Amino acid sequence: MSTAAVKVTTPSDREILITRTFNAPRELVWKTLSDPELLKRWLFGPPGWTMTTCEEDQRPGGSFRWAWSGPDNAEMVMSGVYREVVPPERVVRTERFEIGCPPQDGEQVATMVLAEQNDKTLLTLSIIYPSKEARDGALQSGMDRGLEAGYERLEQILAEEQNK
Amino acid sequence: MQLATPEQLNATFIALADPTRRAILARLASGDATVMELAEPFSMSQPAISKHLKVLERAGLVSRGRDAQRRPCRLDAKPLEEATKWLETYRQNWEASFQRLDDLLEEMKATAGSKKIKRPQK
Repeated sequence: MSTAAVKVTTPSDREILITRTFNAPRELVWKTLSDPELLKRWLFGPPGWTMTTCEEDQRPGGSFRWAWSGPDNAEMVMSGVYREVVPPERVVRTERFEIGCPPQDGEQVATMVLAEQNDKTLLTLSIIYPSKEARDGALQSGMDRGLEAGYERLEQILAEEQNK
Repeated sequence: MQLATPEQLNATFIALADPTRRAILARLASGDATVMELAEPFSMSQPAISKHLKVLERAGLVSRGRDAQRRPCRLDAKPLEEATKWLETYRQNWEASFQRLDDLLEEMKATAGSKKIKRPQK
């Protein structure tokens, strides 16, 4: 393994902190996090989901809009506004789910920092939610989508069992 | 801390996906029961209930007692606790995305004409 698995912690009631090291120079990692065509290639979420829209205007005051579609016509849309953009090291932006995450009502503030570590890059992403409920809702939404993927597999398994 | 593997979580989700199995778990939460006792409230045969129990056993949610006559079923809540570890599922979703990003970065490094030797494995 050239990279360590992602770490997720909750330093406070309203925060999620995500850290991950990538085996690539910082400029390259920055590119994959800012170029819409590249973002679409990796940020498509749990099994069965794809990123359908990726609009980016990465400058202070500029906005972004990301949309995904999943099993059973499920949809998820997140948009927001950039507060700080310092290539290739720092982005601060507001994020809001338009569709797909009802418990996540309200705006969250995400701060992403890329730090050089020899030839590697450490990504730190801090997301601060308006409330503990919103934070827990965000964590749970991953769980729900994990369940969906589980159910899909269940249907396959049941179909296989019935054909035996 | 020992974290549940995606396979273990899947087994739990599959077991929980069925209303009869959820009802069986709810019944066992109030105490051990035999297959006959479990079958009683459902309009189902004992073999049908046994089939559901097998799925629950495979997921580690139910264990069977040693008493040869009764073989009472017992709820084991640990996999349920694992499945409710939202953080872990959330983490796994991110990891899946980041592993695709790893692949993309490797591809970009290669096309950028990097002189680095190709690694056969990650």
